[in-house]
Amino acid sequence: MNIVVCVKQIIDPEIPAEQFTLDPGSKRQVRGGLSLVISAYDQNALEVALQLREKVGGKITALSLGDPEAQGAVKSAMGMGVDAGVLVSDPALAGSDAFGVAHVLARALQKIGVPDLILTGCVSGDTGHKMVAPLLAEELGLAYLSFVSRIEVRDDKVIARRIVEDGYEVVEASPPLVASILSDDSNVPRYSKLKDIMAAARKTVPVWKAADLGVSMAQVGPGGQRLQVRDVAIVQRDSRCELVSGETAVEQAERLALRLRELKVL
Amino acid sequence: MVDILVVTHTQDAASRNTGEVLGAARRLADETRGVVKAAVLGGGAKEAASVLFAGGADHVVWVEHPLLADPQADAIVAALTQVVPQTGAQVVLLADDSCGREIAPRLAHRLAAGLATEAVSVTAEAEAVVFRRHLYGGRCLAELIATRFPVIGTVKLRSVDPVAERVGYWGRETHLSVALEASLVRTRVVQRVAEEVRGVKLENARVIVSGGRGLKGPEPFQHLQDLAQVLKGAVGATRAAIDAGWVPVSWQVGQTGKTVRPDLYIAVGISGAIQHLAGMSASKTIVAINTDPDAPIFKVAHLGVVGDFKAILPPFTAKVKALAES
Repeated sequence: MNIVVCVKQIIDPEIPAEQFTLDPGSKRQVRGGLSLVISAYDQNALEVALQLREKVGGKITALSLGDPEAQGAVKSAMGMGVDAGVLVSDPALAGSDAFGVAHVLARALQKIGVPDLILTGCVSGDTGHKMVAPLLAEELGLAYLSFVSRIEVRDDKVIARRIVEDGYEVVEASPPLVASILSDDSNVPRYSKLKDIMAAARKTVPVWKAADLGVSMAQVGPGGQRLQVRDVAIVQRDSRCELVSGETAVEQAERLALRLRELKVL
Repeated sequence: MVDILVVTHTQDAASRNTGEVLGAARRLADETRGVVKAAVLGGGAKEAASVLFAGGADHVVWVEHPLLADPQADAIVAALTQVVPQTGAQVVLLADDSCGREIAPRLAHRLAAGLATEAVSVTAEAEAVVFRRHLYGGRCLAELIATRFPVIGTVKLRSVDPVAERVGYWGRETHLSVALEASLVRTRVVQRVAEEVRGVKLENARVIVSGGRGLKGPEPFQHLQDLAQVLKGAVGATRAAIDAGWVPVSWQVGQTGKTVRPDLYIAVGISGAIQHLAGMSASKTIVAINTDPDAPIFKVAHLGVVGDFKAILPPFTAKVKALAES
């Protein structure tokens, strides 16, 4: 089963509030000296791919769209054991909305050769959007499995578990298909082996531009955005935490209860 | 004049989630003297209609087809691709639930429409509709402007209130037929496993006691269960606890789990990762119990206790019980 996993390089999302700043022009987060990481959710998708290759064989390719530095995310995926990687990077593609991103990824997938399975993380690790995966399925006209885990291949069908509000569903579809992966205890990403990291460092990752893919330029970049992003503002939080004191845990516990009663919360 | 189409399914029509989407739609319609239509996929019974009218709909559109009996995404997307143009709505709203988050992007693609997901407010301005949503795990609030229509939006759960019940209100009803072929259905539900919920559901609970990595295993969640029982609340968990396999996935609160807005959220052994805060930071009162005084959770909590939950929760539970009985 040949698999392509779409990965995104992002600014580490767990930085303290003081380090988070926005660029007033682009309205995006300022990178500054902050470290870049591969989105944790994409790592879950990579883990699913690696588990499937262990069971049924096949080739795994990591695909990323981003700055030239996003090569780091592709190499990181290869360090986990993925067979190959591709980066799409072109200044003309910066500022694309989810429709533009899905369009570019679809063209890249067609150039790679549409595989049996296309996996993504279920949410973008920085923006929090959950749009690219279903849009990608539409671009390629493929079946789509949303927010799934525990993927298995049986009798040429893909079977997975999809979490819903009241429990879960076992769902089935025929490849080729797109699946967005929800993290759970079955897909905790493995640690990379040093030999794989070193092998990845030695490999070259091809970098494709918009022109290499036949991208429709009207759909990408700031000009392709369907909605205008008028303003992005940091949410100010009134952060005054009242610490409950006490000589012993029992004292703290009782004071907490009384304080909540005082505040009419209890 | 902005007309809004709220999309729901028979099984969901009378739910709180649909009430919230109707609330957003009703307010937008009132601002612009527009009309709220509710499309009920899968047909339905009179009970659904009265709840929809009371909740803000002016017009209920029944869309019946055998392939719509179950909420199957391919059939719903295909049906809505026909329904939306027929209703002439400028804005289409769905709940941001497990169904809507898949349907909305796919529908927007089919209709070449704009898309604004997880909106916490939808308002009108001159010739535009403004969607506000959080970015970067809740750190920022963004304004997205739609000037071309139709535009598709999903409404973030527990962020918009339903309107006050319009008792006895009744509007128009129409039936719309759609042409759907069986071959367009490409995913199949082989089995449904409903989770046994004892007590109140997490997404509706007014009190939630939640545990994270600091619990170090599944057994300590019993302390949280005991407290939740006394408080008549529900137990939640972080991504770390789920990924460690300590508790079911359905307990997850956060960016990829449930969004909650209880009156009281007690975060036990939870560091306060952005992905978790994204699901609970709108809670009215947040209490944090953690051994690490530098944990980010203390920056969003209203009350905090620095200490070991194993020593704090039992006497806290006992005191709460005693106060309730007095």
